[in-house]
Amino acid sequence: MIALDVTIKDKCYSNSDAVVLKGVNFSVKPGEFVAIIGPSGCGKSTLLNMLCGLESSSEQTLLCNGKAINGNESHKLGYIFQQPRLMPWLTVQENLQLVLPVSKHETQHKQIDDLLDQVGLSGKGHYFPKQLSGGMQRRVAIARAFAVNPELILLDEPFNSLDAPTAAKLRLLLVKLCKSRGSTVIFVTHDLSEAVYLADRIIFMSNTPTTIIHQVDIDLPKPRQEAGSKELAWQAKLMAQHPQILAGKSTL
Amino acid sequence: MKGIFSTKHTMFKSNAMQFFTVFYSRLLMLIILAIIWQSLAWFINSADFPSLFNVADSFVYHFSQGDMLANISVTLGRVLISFIIAMVLGVVIGILMGCSDKVNELSDTLLIIALNIPALVTILLCYIWLGLVESAAITAVVINKIPTVVVMIREGARVVDEDLLAVAKVYKLSPSTTFFKIFLPQLYPYIMASARAGLSLIWKIVLVVELLGRSDGVGFALNTLFQFFDIAGILAYTFAFIAVVLVIESLIFRPLDKRISRGIHHDSA
Repeated sequence: MIALDVTIKDKCYSNSDAVVLKGVNFSVKPGEFVAIIGPSGCGKSTLLNMLCGLESSSEQTLLCNGKAINGNESHKLGYIFQQPRLMPWLTVQENLQLVLPVSKHETQHKQIDDLLDQVGLSGKGHYFPKQLSGGMQRRVAIARAFAVNPELILLDEPFNSLDAPTAAKLRLLLVKLCKSRGSTVIFVTHDLSEAVYLADRIIFMSNTPTTIIHQVDIDLPKPRQEAGSKELAWQAKLMAQHPQILAGKSTL
Repeated sequence: MKGIFSTKHTMFKSNAMQFFTVFYSRLLMLIILAIIWQSLAWFINSADFPSLFNVADSFVYHFSQGDMLANISVTLGRVLISFIIAMVLGVVIGILMGCSDKVNELSDTLLIIALNIPALVTILLCYIWLGLVESAAITAVVINKIPTVVVMIREGARVVDEDLLAVAKVYKLSPSTTFFKIFLPQLYPYIMASARAGLSLIWKIVLVVELLGRSDGVGFALNTLFQFFDIAGILAYTFAFIAVVLVIESLIFRPLDKRISRGIHHDSA
């Protein structure tokens, strides 16, 4: 199980001097599902990249179970990007094989079959990504993230640009997979109802230079319903208290 | 290539049908060319413009009596060796220049110089400095070819998708897996293009090298034929070598092309 302690004093964009994150401090309990909501361009992806060591700043203290994150951690990490980012020249099966640890051929074959079965793509292993629909490509990306049995999963608006029914199906799949693994999850989105459906806690971020403006625990029992009455009531209450919060403005 | 294999056209046809359609349209062009040539030869009626039949006669003569086979295999050997050396070195240098701004800045001027030295100058200098030996011939061809490979591969290495490399980093793939499964496949189209362009350029340079300082090979044979003004012989040799290159293209390059472009040209479901 993974716990995170995040302290970022100052972080510039990787290709300019503009400050993107300024004073972002939060911690994540082991096995917790945290959603991060913020206006677009506020550095949510940058934050995720810092959490997995792709980007860094000299003004940061990122602790994972008490140890500093530098990109060479031994814990298993799954990252589901905004785009599926599959290798187009490899079949679905080979894409999954790429991230799996080296083991006997039959073991690996069975592992991949199981994974494809879990994401509802059994028998599609020999297809190339371009032969699959957008939703199916996301499923492969999800399978790839769960293939490594991740202790920490980062998701960067993974259901963007999908039609509503497909996105709903994939959210359901995500809930199922996270429940069976017990991984710690950090989920970046700009969709409040999605966050209310999935997360234990929501962290709201401001416009750049970005800070955390509000954190709230979602005290609704799981499993939840997408756009169910309780969920909608909770959402309405939050919006009544903080009408500007989705635009990155705190009223407190 | 893309024009003939237009996806919309061939999507509904079986593979065999597709093969014959392409085969016939290629053949048709050859037949038209042959007819034009033959009528021109008949119209001009001069020893300097041999008809197709003269060329065919000459081909049969050189093939059975002369040493055409030996000459072609010698030339082909030189082409092969210089091709392999030039491709390997070119790809390595190209990747280094494409990936590192520092290496690129350091060697860019050198590259432009190398691109613009006339092939003939390199050949003459190699023969003068290294002597009239096989290694001088190969060196000259390699030096001529490397810069063009480097230019193409560098372009490819510059546009490598950083997002896919980030995937490799996140999932902690080993450097060799990252290179061979994620980095290099993105360069395959560029490597393929420079190999295709490379083969035709190299065999032309090899002929010049042979003409200037070797006593065997197609270039040497052409020089001899030129001294006897044997135009039919020159054309016979030319066609023989083009045929060899066509065979290489269809036996090696086309299957290879199919293999490396897999997964990239499929229509979305």
